Amino acid sequence: MSDTEFLLLVRGPLFTLATVILVGGVLIRIAEILFMGRKKSLAEARGSEASGGFRVMLSRSVPDADTFHRSGFTIISGYVFHIGLFVVIFLFVPHILVFERAIGLSWPGLPSNIIDATTVITLIAMLTLLIHRIVDPVRRMLSGFQDYWVWLVTALPLITGYFAFHRVGVSGAWMLAVHILSVELLMITFPFTSLSHAFTLWMSRWYNGAVSGYRGIR
Amino acid sequence: MSSEGLQRGYAILKEQIDAPTASYLSSCVNCGMCAEACLFFTETGDPRYTPIHKVEPLKKVWRHEYTFWGRLSKALGLSKPVTDEELAAWSPLVYDGCSMCGRCSVVCPVGNDITYMIRKVREGLAAAGHAPEGLVAATRRAITVGSPMGVKLPALQAQIRHVEQDTGLSVPVDVENADYMLLLSSMEIMNFPEFIAAVTRIFDRTEVSWTISSEAFEATNSGIQIGVSDLAAELVQRVVTAAEKLNVKYVISPECGHAYMAIRWEGPNLIGRPYGFRVVHILELLDELREQGRLKLQGKETDRLTYHDPCQIGRRGGILEQPRNLLRAISDDLVELPGGGMMNWCCGAGGGVSSNERADEIRLRAFNRKKSQLDQIQVDGLVSACSNCRIHIEEGLEHNHIDLPVLSLTELIEKHLAD
Ligand code: SF4
Ligand code: SF4
Repeated sequence: MSDTEFLLLVRGPLFTLATVILVGGVLIRIAEILFMGRKKSLAEARGSEASGGFRVMLSRSVPDADTFHRSGFTIISGYVFHIGLFVVIFLFVPHILVFERAIGLSWPGLPSNIIDATTVITLIAMLTLLIHRIVDPVRRMLSGFQDYWVWLVTALPLITGYFAFHRVGVSGAWMLAVHILSVELLMITFPFTSLSHAFTLWMSRWYNGAVSGYRGIR
Repeated sequence: MSSEGLQRGYAILKEQIDAPTASYLSSCVNCGMCAEACLFFTETGDPRYTPIHKVEPLKKVWRHEYTFWGRLSKALGLSKPVTDEELAAWSPLVYDGCSMCGRCSVVCPVGNDITYMIRKVREGLAAAGHAPEGLVAATRRAITVGSPMGVKLPALQAQIRHVEQDTGLSVPVDVENADYMLLLSSMEIMNFPEFIAAVTRIFDRTEVSWTISSEAFEATNSGIQIGVSDLAAELVQRVVTAAEKLNVKYVISPECGHAYMAIRWEGPNLIGRPYGFRVVHILELLDELREQGRLKLQGKETDRLTYHDPCQIGRRGGILEQPRNLLRAISDDLVELPGGGMMNWCCGAGGGVSSNERADEIRLRAFNRKKSQLDQIQVDGLVSACSNCRIHIEEGLEHNHIDLPVLSLTELIEKHLAD
């Protein structure tokens, strides 16, 4: 198989397959959770579930002072790498073209040197979190194979993307194919691991907030 | 016995998993931030006290029964289900090393209500026979005698007689059609009868129509602490039956955090129907009376005071403003503990920790969090609204050779009743 054939395979049928697994998998996961149901509280309400649910969906993005003081490193590195990922995925012009082809929507991107710098910063933040995961006794105890695996499949597209952009080593087409392949690996891992927190965390915040809203806790 | 117990425990754990639980377990990214929110971790430095780690048995069952990989490996015979040894090993973590304070649940960045899940783990462990002896005994006494401390009606009657002598007022018992029925915790009856006297005087002055039931006066619910819903429901049902028999409009939860949680928020769900009356916490009622101008107060405290929010009343119960309104009416020198209110640190004794002798040592270690909070603000008195917090804080202070009065808010308010 030539480099071009490989690239065509990866960005064609394989990409479609990965997209189906990603979208289908996430929908199934969400449906699975919703179908488990929950009992409606019979206690007299003091406030509304919705007010608390929406409030916590937003407010939990901002840590309280004491938590920031105690977990500042995790919070800052976490923020940097999440924002970095968002920027790199959604604001890189070639990525926007992919989205435009897929869903017909387009938006302005950032210059590629900014994307380049963001990629490096994101990787550094991820690396610090990985080291923290390994050396800190709490994180080490909590972490299992899945945590390291999802770290890897998140880091690979950044690394391969960086190499593809700078045309390091092998041919451009080949490196681009490897980059897309790594994205596909991320996509198919997504629904079946804690990566799905990107979707389920909104539900979690809602459920948690709904209870406090119902009890009138502010 | 163990395999039968394990089966029961496993079945209960499985049954406990609902949409919020599945969502929480799906969302956790093992960031470890909940550890820093938990006083049992901060004061021991032992990673095993990380809140989400305490949920591990439930997580295993969830993975095994409800996730793609879990079901796949179960079908292939590859996965190891939870064992009886594991359940036994988790007992000290969820009973001794968790006061159900809910602080982790307001810190987790993905929004997990970890406390909600720990409560479920307790249900599973209790069913498997791994609840601590102290809590088992307290629950047994609650069911057979009517009080976890074994306080019987004659003991209450004796205290009532003392109160009547001291106050010159009569304490209404079994009065039908009264507006309010007061519940008490055994600890109040035995250790703080001043609370009963304070309420008697306040209600006399504010002309509140109230009563105590001789059939159901105990407010606490060991069934919830230990995690046996049937027993918890039976204890709630006794209160409901008594309140409906006396035809009262309201039931008052006394100064006890977990009692309030039990009767106000969990009770109707345990018995499976709404009540025919409303539940108020004594602080809610006092603040309402103050607002209506019925509770008139005079004089100010000269000491510098702070307020310790009992977790189930504040963070988990939503009564954060009322105690502060009441205190501001009688004090000009009120300071907040660091994080006071929503983020207040637990005293370390809630959630059944104090009725579990096995936890005595870690309970006093956990108290160091409160101690360092107190070191930061330097007050002359600490006010709270939970007899369980109060007893434990007194013990912790004594243990650390600190001389600081611990006061009940209701009793303090009573001292300031206007003539
Ligand atoms: S804070 Fe939340 S997401 Fe982080 S480890 Fe604890 S439960 Fe998991
Ligand atoms: S509820 Fe409180 S004591 Fe229990 S794990 Fe959470 S923070 Fe720790």
